[in-house]
Amino acid sequence: MNAPINPLTGYLLVAALLFAIGLAGALTRRNAILVLIGIELMLNAANLNLIAFWRYGPHPELLTGMMFAIFSIAVAAAEAAVGLGLVIQIHRHAHTTDLDAMSRMKG
Amino acid sequence: MSIVFYVIAGLSVAGALAAVLLKNTVHCALALTLAFAGLALLFLELDAQFAGFAQILVYIGAVAILVVFAILLTRGSETPQDTVLSRNPLVGLVTAAAIFAVLGWAVLHSSLSLPQESAKPQVTVMDIGNALMGRYVLPLEIVALLLTAALIGAVIVAMHEKEAAK
Amino acid sequence: MIEKADQIFVLLSHWLVSFLPSALQPAAAVLLSVVAIIVTFPALFAISVLLERKGLGRMQNRYGPNRVGPYGIFQPVADGVKALIKEDIVPFRADAVVHFLAPVFLVVVVFMGYAVLPMGRNMTLVNMDAGLLFFFAIGASTELSVFMAGWSSRNKYSLLGAMRAVAQMISYEVPLLMSSVAVVMITGSLSLGKIVDAQNQYTYGFPHWYVFTPWGFAGFVLFAIAATAETNRSPFDLPEGESELVAGYFTEYSGFKFALFFLGEYVGMMGISGLAATLFLGGWSAPFSWLGWVPSWFWFFAKVMLAMCIFIWVRGTLPRLRQDQLMNFAWKFVLPLTLLNLIVAGLWRFMGEGWLRWLVCSAILLLAYTLMGRGGMRGDHIGPRSYRYAE
Repeated sequence: MNAPINPLTGYLLVAALLFAIGLAGALTRRNAILVLIGIELMLNAANLNLIAFWRYGPHPELLTGMMFAIFSIAVAAAEAAVGLGLVIQIHRHAHTTDLDAMSRMKG
Repeated sequence: MSIVFYVIAGLSVAGALAAVLLKNTVHCALALTLAFAGLALLFLELDAQFAGFAQILVYIGAVAILVVFAILLTRGSETPQDTVLSRNPLVGLVTAAAIFAVLGWAVLHSSLSLPQESAKPQVTVMDIGNALMGRYVLPLEIVALLLTAALIGAVIVAMHEKEAAK
Repeated sequence: MIEKADQIFVLLSHWLVSFLPSALQPAAAVLLSVVAIIVTFPALFAISVLLERKGLGRMQNRYGPNRVGPYGIFQPVADGVKALIKEDIVPFRADAVVHFLAPVFLVVVVFMGYAVLPMGRNMTLVNMDAGLLFFFAIGASTELSVFMAGWSSRNKYSLLGAMRAVAQMISYEVPLLMSSVAVVMITGSLSLGKIVDAQNQYTYGFPHWYVFTPWGFAGFVLFAIAATAETNRSPFDLPEGESELVAGYFTEYSGFKFALFFLGEYVGMMGISGLAATLFLGGWSAPFSWLGWVPSWFWFFAKVMLAMCIFIWVRGTLPRLRQDQLMNFAWKFVLPLTLLNLIVAGLWRFMGEGWLRWLVCSAILLLAYTLMGRGGMRGDHIGPRSYRYAE
């Protein structure tokens, strides 16, 4: 493994680790809200990737990476709001947030 | 790689691990807040001050509180009867490990021809403002529309239904 | 001589730091400033607590505390000793870790807000380009500590108080930000140092403070309302109202942790007063150009203490707002007015200098305020009392 000691590598590895942890959380937990937490972690890992490439890439004065990250933050907030609204409404209807119990559309 | 990077990265990863592993849902939400804070510090370390402060303002100041409210409103803070893991946790873990392996391999073996320590970008908030109103005005307006739609949508989805049938 | 008095703290800090080797000097300078902030603002907190108790007492036609020293001036010392020696009771079923962390988090976060306030000429701890955004980001984190306090006590009253407090703080966060966006628009920068510099000019001896313009005055009033609600002060103190919810989200806190919450609340009040002074009242600039010989830090702290006195005055005067009245007020009155204020500030900027822009801007704001105020009151049907039970 001829890994150059590059600061960018460190950030990308941290982002990959956070993404994997978020994915594991979203796929293995029962509670719907914890799945949403996992999704937020994945989005954050992607933002870290964007900012790291913006900083260490060519032409940072074009601000492409930072703009993308800012829009991603805004969109993630909107998606969290709607997703959590959905979870609350489902709980009101089925009195549970257990994803395994909500595996059918009937009800 | 400086010691500051290792400390902050360790903090973020620890927060993320705690957020997906803990039993009590509210503790998970608070650990998620720690992960967000660690990420905001990483952004500041990368000289992206606006993104770092926006991350704190939006994620810790709004999304974390949303998550916590949702946990409280769905009685998630009571201890669950069965296990906290779903029926087939192994599939999820294997998938996540595989994805991490692929990404890690890609990062370590790619020929990163990017300059190593490029000069610190001199980015002022005025540049960001000019960019938002100049080159990125269309995404800005679309995101504004999206946020309005999300606001109205979230309110409609989570509203109490009035008793229609009497 | 005048410049020496003005820069006395900066010169003192340089002199003290020069004793150290030059490698350590930047870190030592920052550390010294941090220690100065940590020492000054709790001292001001002690003074404000005394001022509040005596002031409220006088407004309620009684003496405040007057036993401990002459006219009660050593009361804060007595309060501090009491808080330190009281037994620290943690409820059995409470979540010990979160219960401990909540006051610590609050105090850390409110002290971080002081890093960007310009307390005098050249006296900002960190001169950030996006200083205002930093302050608001830090202020948004206090809501989380309130929630942690209320939830970890495993007490229904605490939880209810915490949820009300968080809902209130979130609702008033938006008008707080929008009223300061008008200032940012006119100045053209998020840096608090530049905002003060833009106000530090005088025509015929009168300062160019933003509060003396129509949009600035409206913005200042709206900012003050939002700041009162953000810090859970009366008339918006339903979450900690003693007659409603025992003590709200800090019911289960005793002794030193309660003192930390109290400290955090007052230090937060002073921080947001400092921000109001910086944005609207000219920061460290003197009211008249012939008063420029008084040191700049004196004006800053005078404005902060004036704002604290106004907070105390309002607490003693106005009755408490109910939760739904509070939220109504925020979303249906304060927020539309702040948006209108933005438009008026834009109009001000693009109409030329002269009396016309004063007339037009003041007319628009007064009209909007009257119409919305009247319109908001017309819908209130005060009928016979009805009860709604929780379902």
